[in-house]
Amino acid sequence: MESQLVVAAGLNKYFPSGVQALHDLNLEISRGQFVSIVGPSGCGKSTFLRLVAGLDQPTSGELRVEGHDPLGLAFVFQDATLLPWRSVAHNITLPLELRHEDADERVTQTLELVGLTDFADAYPAQLSGGMRMRVSIARALVTRPQILLLDEPFGALDEITRQRLNEELLRLWQEDHWTSLFVTHNVSEAVFLSQRVLVMSARPGRILADIPIPFPYPRSAYLRSAPEFIRIANGISRQLAHADEL
Amino acid sequence: MKRLRSLTTNVLPPLLFFALVLCAWQAAVSLFGIEPFLLPGPLLVAQAIADNLPRLLSATLLTASGALLGFVLSFAFGFLVALLFSQSRLIERSLYPYAIFLQTMPIVAIAPLIILWIGYGLQGVVAVSFIIALFPVIANTTDGLTRVDPHILDFFALNKANRWQVLFKLRVPGAVPQMLVGARISSGLSVIGAIVGEFFAGYGTEDFGLGYLIILTNGQAKTDYLFACILFCTLLGLGLFTTVGSLSNFLLRRWTGAPE
Repeated sequence: MESQLVVAAGLNKYFPSGVQALHDLNLEISRGQFVSIVGPSGCGKSTFLRLVAGLDQPTSGELRVEGHDPLGLAFVFQDATLLPWRSVAHNITLPLELRHEDADERVTQTLELVGLTDFADAYPAQLSGGMRMRVSIARALVTRPQILLLDEPFGALDEITRQRLNEELLRLWQEDHWTSLFVTHNVSEAVFLSQRVLVMSARPGRILADIPIPFPYPRSAYLRSAPEFIRIANGISRQLAHADEL
Repeated sequence: MKRLRSLTTNVLPPLLFFALVLCAWQAAVSLFGIEPFLLPGPLLVAQAIADNLPRLLSATLLTASGALLGFVLSFAFGFLVALLFSQSRLIERSLYPYAIFLQTMPIVAIAPLIILWIGYGLQGVVAVSFIIALFPVIANTTDGLTRVDPHILDFFALNKANRWQVLFKLRVPGAVPQMLVGARISSGLSVIGAIVGEFFAGYGTEDFGLGYLIILTNGQAKTDYLFACILFCTLLGLGLFTTVGSLSNFLLRRWTGAPE
């Protein structure tokens, strides 16, 4: 039997303003899975990630994250959120520094893993948007998280950079198989990356559909033009359009 | 080569304009026979500078040390106050109105009182300069310390950062650009403060700063000498302002991605 890393049952979240962000949300995510959540903007996808991260508390319902220790968890935000006064290497060291863990070897390894060794001493302002996001992902992976939460990390990038980083992210995931919870509003990206795509309704958010993506890994860039890929992506887009009208 | 071109496009035009104004000024003074005690021509001012150069330089040096001390003190104290404000909303809410009060109170009105309490001489001048220069440091540093990207705060929270780590690894380094904005404003103000301080605090007839010299030359109707004092005040303010400005550009080179 697969072990469930994240279990949400009847999850509700109201903001102090009285707005309901999530309504009776149920889902299970197994260890090592790559799961994406798509939904109309403002549907509560990001709110759900924050709940999983323990950055916010649900109003009611149950949310279990296996070994609910925030230290086993890493978050990649929409913006790279790097510290401009620290070099690439020192930005990646930061989480280890805050936890008082040894850094040197792991930072070197992580820099190598994401192909940033040559930029170790560069400062964020000297890097392109895509490079900054790679540093941000490296900063998340350096702690060797069990679960990686990504909140529209590639939303601000151009399409070509986005696709390249998608392939990069999959390569990293296949090496370590952390559990991935990826929020996006880009359907093609979600299908390309994931084993499952969850479609959320407009606010208050709940899960409308749970769509398995059958393609085996490793996945190559050609997959995006495969008829079956396009059929699945179109199906999800239709569901999304429907979700927006609800 | 690029430096040379920027010199010719940015520095040359204002210098030429300045020379033009000087010529027109001298011509007007000679042509209309304006009394030198009302408006001396630039040649007379130049003569006054040449005649009194040692005095002018020693006065500038004294005013500069008053301004610099006032500036450094206001920066250090302002930073500590801002640090306190950033740590407690209650303290900030309780004390911030008084910081504004300090700022809006006309310094000229309270300067005599400061001299009365603190005394004549350098300490009085520094005190006036300090008070004038303080508020911009407090306001800008507090702003920089408290306005932090909420996502980066989340990132620190996820890594179980404690209060001190958030303060010294995030808030303080993140506030550096804002601190430097405050420092730039206060550097100019500290010179004004030192001169105003000298109006009241003077030093004595032997050793005095530009502020005292302004009162003195004005009283003796040595308008050409007065003009020389004003010129030196301006140069002093400009000097301190550009020094802090260049220092700030240097410190922020990482933020802007300029080559090291």
